[in-house]
Amino acid sequence: MNAITPITTTLKDWESDQEVRWCPGCGDYAILKAVQRTLPELGADPAKTVFVSGIGCSSRFPYYVESYGFHTIHGRAPAVATGIKLANPELDIWLVTGDGDGMSIGGNHTMHLLRRNLNCQVLLFNNEIYGLTKGQYSPTSREGTHSPTTPLGSVDHPALPCAFALGAGARFVARGFDVSKHLPEVLKAAHAHKGAAFVEIFQNCIVYNKDRFDDFAAPKGAEDRQLWLKNGEPMLFGSDKTGGQKGIALDGEKLTLKVVDVVDGDWQAAGVIVHDVTNRSIAHMLVEMPFGPFPMALGVIYDDPRPTYEDAVLGQDTKAREGKSTDLARLLAKGQTWTVSEDGPEL
Amino acid sequence: MATQTAEPEGLTKNSPEAVVVRFAGDSGDGMQLTGGQFTLSSALAGNDFATFPDFPAEIRAPQGTLFGVSAFQINFGSTEIDTAGDAPDVLVAMNPAALKTNVGALKPGGLIIADTGEFTKRNLEKAKYEVSPLEDGSLSKWQVLAFDISALTVEAVKPFGLGNKDALRCKNMWTLGLALWMFDRDRAPLVDWLNNKFRKNPVLAEANIAALNAGHAYGETAELGGQLHKQHLDAVPAPAGLYRTITGAEAVALGLVAGANLAHLPMFFGGYPITPASSILHYLVGLKEFGVTTFQAEDEIAAIASAIGASYAGQLGVTSSSGPGIALKTEAMGLAVMTELPLVIVNSQRGGPSTGLPTKTEQSDLYQAVYGRNGDTPMPVIAARSPSDAFDCAIEACRIATQYMTPVILLTDGYIANAAEPWKVPDPASYEAFPVLFLEERNGPDGTLLPYARDEKGARPWIKPGTPGLTHRIGGIEKNPGTGNLDYSPAAHQAMTDARHAKVNGVAKSIPAQEVTLGNAGGKLAVVGWGSTYGPIHQAVRRARAKGLDVSHIHVRHIWPLPENLGDLLRGYERILVPEMNTGQFKTVLRDQFLVDAKPFNKVSGQPFTIAEIEAAIEGALA
Repeated sequence: MNAITPITTTLKDWESDQEVRWCPGCGDYAILKAVQRTLPELGADPAKTVFVSGIGCSSRFPYYVESYGFHTIHGRAPAVATGIKLANPELDIWLVTGDGDGMSIGGNHTMHLLRRNLNCQVLLFNNEIYGLTKGQYSPTSREGTHSPTTPLGSVDHPALPCAFALGAGARFVARGFDVSKHLPEVLKAAHAHKGAAFVEIFQNCIVYNKDRFDDFAAPKGAEDRQLWLKNGEPMLFGSDKTGGQKGIALDGEKLTLKVVDVVDGDWQAAGVIVHDVTNRSIAHMLVEMPFGPFPMALGVIYDDPRPTYEDAVLGQDTKAREGKSTDLARLLAKGQTWTVSEDGPEL
Repeated sequence: MATQTAEPEGLTKNSPEAVVVRFAGDSGDGMQLTGGQFTLSSALAGNDFATFPDFPAEIRAPQGTLFGVSAFQINFGSTEIDTAGDAPDVLVAMNPAALKTNVGALKPGGLIIADTGEFTKRNLEKAKYEVSPLEDGSLSKWQVLAFDISALTVEAVKPFGLGNKDALRCKNMWTLGLALWMFDRDRAPLVDWLNNKFRKNPVLAEANIAALNAGHAYGETAELGGQLHKQHLDAVPAPAGLYRTITGAEAVALGLVAGANLAHLPMFFGGYPITPASSILHYLVGLKEFGVTTFQAEDEIAAIASAIGASYAGQLGVTSSSGPGIALKTEAMGLAVMTELPLVIVNSQRGGPSTGLPTKTEQSDLYQAVYGRNGDTPMPVIAARSPSDAFDCAIEACRIATQYMTPVILLTDGYIANAAEPWKVPDPASYEAFPVLFLEERNGPDGTLLPYARDEKGARPWIKPGTPGLTHRIGGIEKNPGTGNLDYSPAAHQAMTDARHAKVNGVAKSIPAQEVTLGNAGGKLAVVGWGSTYGPIHQAVRRARAKGLDVSHIHVRHIWPLPENLGDLLRGYERILVPEMNTGQFKTVLRDQFLVDAKPFNKVSGQPFTIAEIEAAIEGALA
């Protein structure tokens, strides 16, 4: 986030005049709307907002937002964003990337942006497939994914974007999915975090990986399969209407998480953990929590700010400049010098 | 260098116009320091000079080994000096490895000064000598002056109570003292320098000064069998003013700072460590007060991408690298061409391909600079011809980048980056400013915004994000010629490709007409060069002309687009010879652009051309 003077805008103000060219039914539409709905609530100023993207379906995003936008090259958006932010820290940067762009070709840049803690929002649209290049498997595709390049099923283990982000040193990690009504809240929390805020957004590629996330994202049974995390509140999911209320507790012996039944709403008795967004150890466990035995952890998983990269760089620069001469002529004349006069050279 | 007599005969009492001295020793022997101080002494003597260091690629090579030899060559004289010299007249060899790796370059009849104290059995073995070359007659075509510099140094610094190791570290100052005596130099500035350098340790200062004085006194008093003579090279008349030594890397850094200043912009430098380009980043890191932000990126790609981001945000983005690093930046250069943002890319060329010869010089990235990108992706290319010329070239790169909204490649090379020469410090106020004007208001009809409207030069407006009312989107995808909106219709791609070409070709209108560097506009032979071959070509042409040969030197700074008059100028010569440290790249460009019969003369040994090599090629071309 940036300390900004709030500007009054509406959703319409954030719609560019460009025709949106995603496939009909693509999850990107929902994410675009969620972002455009969130920006007015943040009091964001279109003139000071920059959407930066790489290459892929998700990276077309900047064209559709009425703000400044830079559609860069494959995987390099974090590096471009770093230059933009260092050149003008007042700009509020939203980086839009995908599982191929941000985790594969640009994985290195994503890692360094996060560890440096550049103040910006990173939205990684994870559809677990290469969409724009017509359906090849991606680094987040599940094992056994059949695709044009893996006709017998993929054999490599998928990357976990949130685990990667935490490993890279991210201070804010959150998850949502395209059609979730909670997505704007997640985006707001990301924006409120000063520093690199990493948001993985599961996104439905209806052409090449249709309904891949239905196992947890489908409305039916969502309560049992989604763990929406809220700071200060117990990690509860499920309800009596379905299989009964459950919670996430710590298995103290194995140092792992476990699912426990909550009887009569007494979550304390069941040992359910109260979500503390600053607890990095629990955050690591939550992002690695296997879906199936566990629900999908969603919402703000980790949020513990520390000084940003641009503040550190520019602070150091300002200090280094203090009291220094900015006389270019003097600079040129530094070093091993001598003067030539009529009497010849002398020091 | 100015004068290399046809029959080199080493040092004589008749002081020559120019002398080449090479200091060579183990990388721990302080040869670069010795050379640097001898250089200052040459400057104070009023001699013109050029220097070139030759240090090992290994950071800490094992002591005494052949690959651990570090050398520093200086060519100084009482006449104009343009190169670090063909063959040394004097070789100072501090150990057997230094002798072995350098003696081959020494002029027949040249003088070897060797420290016998280091010619031990063990050191001889490390240098792969079976018998000491000082004793087996293998050095008979040179004059050898071998004595125990190590012991003499230890003796000289005895009063200061240093340990043997520290005492021996003063050897380089002893040697410098001897060299100062040989060339009739004043010791006082060196004494001052030592006092300052070791001001926190006066004992070391005293010891080093004692070593320096001892070396000097040795020359003065020792019986040296007539091999060593004091000689004096007169000062070269030079315009009055302030001078300094400058390396190409320093000149590039200072030129970039000056260029950004003339554009009235802060500068953002994204870099990634690579030899021999890192020194530019090292230098700029210390210049924050001049509006410089430096960013050591995670890789070469991020280095250029961050610079593009900074340019997009309204600063002057600069990145720098060498061969393989430039290759990695190529895709992003295309983005800068497509988005039409200013950017300066400095390539300190080294031997290639791949990792190639990291510490050796070459000019083999010209194709890469001119042609080496996907798509029709024109970019202006400028080449510096010498360390000091790199200053003006860097300013020129900043001017073209900002005035034409385009990335610009500035080519230097390992030789220029590391070589040093005297530079008359310019007055920054003498350069014409080229202030950047950002677009502040909508520029299209009926209050519309046209980010890709073009001015008379073909340049689009520069719009800083943050400017109210001018929100728009840009990217690497083909776009509408006016609005910049995504548009890959046939007409849009044709129009934009044409516009990008016309813009870059139009840069030729803003550059000076090509001049003949030395000689006549027409005649039997033109020797056409670019980059760091300037020195040897210039001196070779000068010598050939002195012999009465009809030959002229043309040195091209603007590689792309070429000066508009260059084709006509070249057609005025019967023959064209293009010496290059590659397999004939600029030759191909000249043939391609002008259909002239340019003939190549190539060298890719990692070493600069010697004057003699080019002189012979000139004679061959005229035969």
